[in-house]
Amino acid sequence: MENLEKKIIVNDLDFYYGDFQALENISLEVPVNKVTAFIGPSGCGKSTFLRTLNRMNDLIAGTKVDGEVLIDSENIYHECVDVVNLRKRIGMVFQDPNPFPKSIYENVAYGPKAHGIKDKDKLDQIVEKSLRQAALWDEVKDRLDKSAMGISGGQQQRLCIARALSVNPDVLLMDEPTSALDPIATAKIEDLIEDLKKEYTIVIVTHSMQQAARISDYTAFFLMGDLIEHSLTQNIFEKPENKKTEDYITGRFG
Amino acid sequence: MKKAKEKSLVNCNLNSHKSADIKQRIGFGILRISVLIILVLLAVIIYDIISKGIGVISWEFLSQPPRRGMTEGGIWPAIIGTVFVTMMTAVFAVPVGVFAAIYLNEYAKQGKRTRIIRMAIRNLAGVPSVVYGLFGVALFVRRFAFGTSILSAGLTLGLMTLPVTITASEEALKAVPNSYRHGALALGVSKWHSIKTNVLPHAISGIMTGAILGLSRAAGETAPILFTGAAYSLPRIPSSLSSQFMALPYHLYIMSTQHSNIEMVRPIAYGTALVLISLVLIMNLGAIFIRSKFRNKH
Repeated sequence: MENLEKKIIVNDLDFYYGDFQALENISLEVPVNKVTAFIGPSGCGKSTFLRTLNRMNDLIAGTKVDGEVLIDSENIYHECVDVVNLRKRIGMVFQDPNPFPKSIYENVAYGPKAHGIKDKDKLDQIVEKSLRQAALWDEVKDRLDKSAMGISGGQQQRLCIARALSVNPDVLLMDEPTSALDPIATAKIEDLIEDLKKEYTIVIVTHSMQQAARISDYTAFFLMGDLIEHSLTQNIFEKPENKKTEDYITGRFG
Repeated sequence: MKKAKEKSLVNCNLNSHKSADIKQRIGFGILRISVLIILVLLAVIIYDIISKGIGVISWEFLSQPPRRGMTEGGIWPAIIGTVFVTMMTAVFAVPVGVFAAIYLNEYAKQGKRTRIIRMAIRNLAGVPSVVYGLFGVALFVRRFAFGTSILSAGLTLGLMTLPVTITASEEALKAVPNSYRHGALALGVSKWHSIKTNVLPHAISGIMTGAILGLSRAAGETAPILFTGAAYSLPRIPSSLSSQFMALPYHLYIMSTQHSNIEMVRPIAYGTALVLISLVLIMNLGAIFIRSKFRNKH
């Protein structure tokens, strides 16, 4: 990993929900245009950590962050950071598909419109490009004006990916994006992630070790708020260095 | 082991089924009777007012001012006065109430302070309307020197409806799933933009319903306008915000208690009541219409 360009560098990160320390002294590097997976049992802090990368935790009252998160060598917790701009660059896909109750077209056009793009042709282009990137275009191109609530869960999740891509981020954070989906829809999203890493740096939280093994280049294993091990996915699953990692991937707990 | 302790589904002792069944029936019966009591009371009131008031309703009654010491003519100035003062109330209470609710629900740091504010707002809803009337006199009529006018009365009624508007708006905002907010914020959209485009549109039907219900209550109030702007008799329709005005509820009050010949004007009083509840009913239908219209959109 040493030779790769780093997109995200986290140094000595602590995170607190009120008095409860959810993350302790996390340091980790995310290489550009790779898929990095966070695995670990429920409550280990992997989702919390993911949300520190686009500061979505700011929305929860009583949380506190120490340490730094550098994205393209800029600390996103610096007091002068524009959080709105940050989130434009760091896209996010949530655990449960959360399309807006608008048409398919309006879902994808929402972000670009909010950022001031008014030209109809330009918006059309962005919508088509984003939906194609999310491998959804062919399925919905004839019903763009229909409500996004009427498509299947898997399609909704790909729509949410298209929506995240519409504002042209560099990084895509995915918080267990397939946990609410059936195996076929899951496979589609996994294929999609393979394609997307050519253009985006992807960080994915998953509760499924198989998924991490299938799609990620690097894997980080979290346990009780600690980062136990972070390495090439192959190494993590074939020759883990830490006993706890080995116990987890062999299914001895979690 | 655990299974054995549970009651078997097949139980030939039918009495145990029956006693549960009877209890359930009694429970449903009580609920049903409660609904029935409400419906019957409502029907009786409406029937009473319609049957006694319909006789005086005519185009003249709706379009003419009262004549001959209010024994003849119509109630046009009172209708228009009520409409005007309700509009004044809406102009004040709806934006202030909605913005306050947005602040409380979306921006204010949730904690002890917001809890106290909410409690205060709910308590304000329970303050007797006559107290609002006195407060309106002290603040709007005297201190701000708006005089007895549509402005003072509208603002007073507005204060009275604010708790309803704020509470209803907050409930409507709370009902919008957080995933809409977070989904928008994660796209790098500003907080206000996400509220404006992705939260308010989904809360608007609830907000409007609450606002209109509050306003329809304001339209029927007497005490708050009694000292702040309503006139005993005023043959002209009000010409500006600083005019006094006639209002349906106050007119009704006069016709049933203050008139020199109450027995004689009783039909007019019932006619006035009929017009007032029709007005309120129209407003409530408007609320239903708005709600269904916005609901169909999504």
